[in-house]
Amino acid sequence: MPDAGLTVLDPTGERSVAMRERLPRLDTLSGRRVALLDITKARGDVFLDQLEQHLVRRGALVTRYAKPTFTKPAPVDLRQEIAMQCEVVIEALAD
Amino acid sequence: MPEVSPAQVGTGPIAAPQMPDDGIVVVVKRDCPTCLLVTPALEQLAGGTEPLDVVVQDDLEPFTHLAGARMDTDLDLSWILDIDTVPTIMRRSGGVEVDRAAGWSRTQWERLTGTADLAPGLPEQRPGCGSLTQDPAVRSGLRVRHEGWRLAARRIQISALDDEMESLFERGFTDGLPVVPPTPVRVLRMLEGTTRAPAEVVAVVPPDLVECTVEKVAINAVMAGCKPEYLPVVLAALEAACTDDFNIHGLLATTWFAGPLIVVNGPIARAIGMNSGVNALGQGNRANATIGRALQLVVRNVGGGRPGGVDRATLGNPGKYTFCFAEDEVGSPWTSLATERGMAEGASAVTLFAAEGVRGMADQTSRTPESLARSFAACLASVTHPRTVIAFDAMLVVCPEHGRVFAEAGWDKARLHAELAELLLLDTDPLLAGVGGLDMGLDPKWAGHKLPKFRDGGLLITYAGGKAGMFSAIIGSWASGPIGSQPVTVEVRS
Repeated sequence: MPDAGLTVLDPTGERSVAMRERLPRLDTLSGRRVALLDITKARGDVFLDQLEQHLVRRGALVTRYAKPTFTKPAPVDLRQEIAMQCEVVIEALAD
Repeated sequence: MPEVSPAQVGTGPIAAPQMPDDGIVVVVKRDCPTCLLVTPALEQLAGGTEPLDVVVQDDLEPFTHLAGARMDTDLDLSWILDIDTVPTIMRRSGGVEVDRAAGWSRTQWERLTGTADLAPGLPEQRPGCGSLTQDPAVRSGLRVRHEGWRLAARRIQISALDDEMESLFERGFTDGLPVVPPTPVRVLRMLEGTTRAPAEVVAVVPPDLVECTVEKVAINAVMAGCKPEYLPVVLAALEAACTDDFNIHGLLATTWFAGPLIVVNGPIARAIGMNSGVNALGQGNRANATIGRALQLVVRNVGGGRPGGVDRATLGNPGKYTFCFAEDEVGSPWTSLATERGMAEGASAVTLFAAEGVRGMADQTSRTPESLARSFAACLASVTHPRTVIAFDAMLVVCPEHGRVFAEAGWDKARLHAELAELLLLDTDPLLAGVGGLDMGLDPKWAGHKLPKFRDGGLLITYAGGKAGMFSAIIGSWASGPIGSQPVTVEVRS
């Protein structure tokens, strides 16, 4: 007997996820450009200030960035700017 | 009853079976007394000089003696010719139909065939019967066979051995409640609710930023339990939700309670039977319940926004299953929310609002607008936290018995807005951090100021509810303004 069954339509976005290899981990932070991204939640700057001090002590070159608002994804321009200028990015996610 | 072959997927429309370029085509079925009655006329035409095609829907047997008789396999020809009634007689010339008549009418058949004295033994006229293509049991399959190619979504085959409802749960397509299986025929029927093409992109849906077509919305609307006539409202709601101003991405991702609330204004709310009266914010009305749910299913399924994934709500709220109501414009003494927000009078529109749960506001005593406004203000001041200012928006849903107090005193909505803004300009001193042993509060640098509870435009006033009860509702929001979510109003298009 054939399996009549039921045909339904896929309600999802039918995405095929592109797999990307991670970049190799850096051996040292010394002399490397590190982005510190503040998502602008309360006291994120306090956390990143501390982090910056630690990183600078290890010889890292630190650049600070901030999202316009924590409620929305980082604008494309900001993401590209960080990608072009830095080798490492650390994001302070929440308060 | 003929079996209809299954849907042909992704192949384009089924080509019409061969027909004579010039001549007469008659569509009949055995199960129609008029079709049998006109057999002498068909015999007479078959003996003439013009080509005659007799297309039979159900059983060839009574017509086999006619040279041009043939079965309409799968009813393809009847569907393509859009036959309502049998018999239908058509004249073709140069490969196109130039004339048609339904049923038996000697005058019409003689004119159409150019034949005098056609079947003189027959009565002058007889109505026909419904074409088999109109039989509901056959029509669904035919629709899928002929129009299924318009649907681009991947087909998922659920085995007859599996329970389809369970199968949809297992695939993660539901919000925790059962969904209506989105079969091709249901989705095609849903798409009749809009004039927009199935492939048209409605919005880019976060968090996965997927281009969402009208078809994908229709699939999720079927699952939510919508009727086709609700689809334009769902489409408008999705458009509004996916604007940068409304920011459904952030609303989904936040640890806060809020989710999208849809307020529907204009004639469509009444046309589709939405509830704006008794229990307007509650259960029981199909349109209210399923429109809000459809939006959330699109965000879940198309956008990929799921609890525990990008949805990080600490507690959430039951309105995240569905939250949609219509404003009672007939009963309201005020301009509607949509009109207030720039829509033309008489236009249908949705307003999206980032909404946490509903909190009640009881005042059965106040009989003056001044007193009632003070009650509203006292309760509104606690939205989010009594010590937050200019942080989150709020919506006030004024019930009829409260609305009457304002209406009888001649307060229009602008007056109520103004009075509430005045009452909610708060002294900062009691709100400072540490005051009264409560650590949360304003930075002490704000001592001695007055600050508004809500940003300018951050308090929305709507009107709904049953006629009994002096109970209005306050619906808190989420991070307001450009940094979070702003209410967005979009016109509902057909």
